[in-house]
Amino acid sequence: MSDATIDPRLTSGRAAPKRALRLSWSDPRFRAIVWQVVILGGVAAVAWYFINNTSQNLASRHIATGFGFLDRTAGIPIGESLISYNPAEDTYGRALLIGVLNTLKVSVVGVVLATILGTLIGVGRLSKNWLMARLTAFYVETLRDLPLLLQLLFWYTILQDLPAPRDAMSIGGAVYLSNRGLKLPTLDWEFAHTAALLALIAGAAGTWLWNRHARLRQEATGERPAVWPVALGLLAGLPLLVWAVLGAPSHWDVPALHGFNFQGGTNISPEYFALLLGLVTYTAGYIAEIVRSGIQAVPWGQWEAASALGLKRGAILRRIVLPQALRVIIPPMTSQYLNLTKNSSLAVAIGYQDLVSIANTTLNQTGQAIEGIAVIMAVYLTISLSISLFMNWYNAHIALVER
Amino acid sequence: MRRLFGAAALMALVCLAVEPAYAQGSGSATLDAAKARGQVLCGMSGLVPGFSLPDSQGVMRGLDADSCRAVTAAALGDAAKVKFVPTTTQNRFTALQSGEVDVLSRSTTWTLTREGGLGLEFAWVNYYDGTGFLVKTASGVKSAKELDGATICVQPGTSTELAISDYFRLHNMKFTPILIADLPGIQEAFLSGRCDAYSTDASQLATFRFSQGPKAADLLLLPDIISKEPLGVMVRKGDDKWFDLVRWTFAAMITAEEKGITSENIDTFMDSKDPDIRRLLGLEGDMGKQLGLDPKWAYNVIKQVGNFGEVWDRNITPMGVPRGINNIWTKGGLQYAPPIR
Repeated sequence: MSDATIDPRLTSGRAAPKRALRLSWSDPRFRAIVWQVVILGGVAAVAWYFINNTSQNLASRHIATGFGFLDRTAGIPIGESLISYNPAEDTYGRALLIGVLNTLKVSVVGVVLATILGTLIGVGRLSKNWLMARLTAFYVETLRDLPLLLQLLFWYTILQDLPAPRDAMSIGGAVYLSNRGLKLPTLDWEFAHTAALLALIAGAAGTWLWNRHARLRQEATGERPAVWPVALGLLAGLPLLVWAVLGAPSHWDVPALHGFNFQGGTNISPEYFALLLGLVTYTAGYIAEIVRSGIQAVPWGQWEAASALGLKRGAILRRIVLPQALRVIIPPMTSQYLNLTKNSSLAVAIGYQDLVSIANTTLNQTGQAIEGIAVIMAVYLTISLSISLFMNWYNAHIALVER
Repeated sequence: MRRLFGAAALMALVCLAVEPAYAQGSGSATLDAAKARGQVLCGMSGLVPGFSLPDSQGVMRGLDADSCRAVTAAALGDAAKVKFVPTTTQNRFTALQSGEVDVLSRSTTWTLTREGGLGLEFAWVNYYDGTGFLVKTASGVKSAKELDGATICVQPGTSTELAISDYFRLHNMKFTPILIADLPGIQEAFLSGRCDAYSTDASQLATFRFSQGPKAADLLLLPDIISKEPLGVMVRKGDDKWFDLVRWTFAAMITAEEKGITSENIDTFMDSKDPDIRRLLGLEGDMGKQLGLDPKWAYNVIKQVGNFGEVWDRNITPMGVPRGINNIWTKGGLQYAPPIR
């Protein structure tokens, strides 16, 4: 380590005595280096042994190896995909990418919904309302105690028992619910919509600026200008105005029964919906308890002290209680997000084609089990580490600065 | 999930196993291991009527199950020494590769890729099949050509999913696949109306329809057969003696059917003058020795399990499936045994 990186507070007063490294067992630094070399070498030797032995055994069993199969034409059908896919042309690599996207599609939406639902239930369990507190407690104790796989199969069976497309339940002749999923109309996207979206972004930026201005004014004069009329105008009025000026186009692609199924609009498949529902309701049970524990970890005195200062209830929650509660909430919350993401691999059981499902099919069609499993592990590791990194950053960001 | 465990088991085994030294014995590591164990491990489904499904007494019944029994009778002299290991469409190859089973008899289609890349090979075809479609009679569909836009239930990891993908592409039609690994799961999805059609080997569709009892009339098996699916019995590559044993077990069952030898009347043939029959039953020549087996290997197979026609009549005929191309060659079918000499 060079001197530049050593904390100046340590070096200024009492500099550590510098000594040359002696090649002697009595020198702790020498011992440390020797042990590190030995351990590193041992790990490398074990890894080399496994890799070498595996490839030799695979060769003697006449099993093909390598990642060449990723470039081969897949030929496997895929039911739902966020990107275009043609089994006649596209490769196993692209099929696996679709699997990754499908996993992300259910995990990201699942994490957001589970956080919202879990927070509501966690707060509900603290409610003074007897019915609310008991109902939420019942929810937590039931959903948490049943195996997730069972819950997924339960939801999937329920969704399968919905009526056939011909007898689909209809909401206003535009939304249809059947055992083929939830059919929603889609908007034919035009330039006016893009412009309105840009206006919304500009409005959001304007609102943020106005809010900042209001805060500075408050700090300078003690008087806070009203924010909400400006926010309403910028966030709702501006986009609507842009859209109306450009001719207010609104043509909807409404699903209609044609042949076996509905054509047009977009579809939320029963497989996706059952998986999302199962993951969200299950994980929300855990999140509710984390939120409850976080809020209860803040001493009651904090509320009382804040009230004594004349803060309103909302401000107390936002400024005093939540920052302290989040310290307790965020680390276990990270675990729940990771759990939800990994649990999404149970999709296999109900036919949602997530990464594991597509990788399973791929390794079964190509026979390359080890490579297939390696791909699955690499992807989950990447997703999980990304979540952890983000949550750790967020945790550091909101941490109380202690003296 | 079971696929993952299978793959993990394979990894553990491949990573740790040191290639077993060929002991003094039959020349087949698989056969020696089976003898030492006193059991032949046979991978099958356990869920498909007519192929492998336990009866009310818990005895495994079906064409695939009897194929396992025949191999066991040839290898160990006692068909009862078979041990059935349930496998899924997704973990079956890993189970065989990793040595979890000695032979795989699980309605598995013989294809080039499966022999080329999996380190496995097909010893015999025990059912010449093809991909078909089952629909609800009420849907009014009469031909596979009318399935454009349909949602189709299919098991992942099967040659069926590749076959229907090719068929729809060839006929410029579209379909939505619903892929569920679990066989009861996919059948439930079809019956509940989640899918318009259920596709797999026509034999399985026929037996599934049959298993619906009085409700069978609600289901219609479309006449179109869209692919060739020769279903075979697989072994690992690299143990040629074991491969020979499995292949010639079937040759013996078909030869017996050609010659009219059944499990009932086999003992009346013990004084036969026909040299083919004498060689088959181990009365002359050293056929058993050449396979590394007892001279009575084929006798045991026929006596305990029956000839190929008996196995068919016992398992497939009750399902209402005609024998067709699965008959022996002298009766216009494809089953043809090379001479045992």
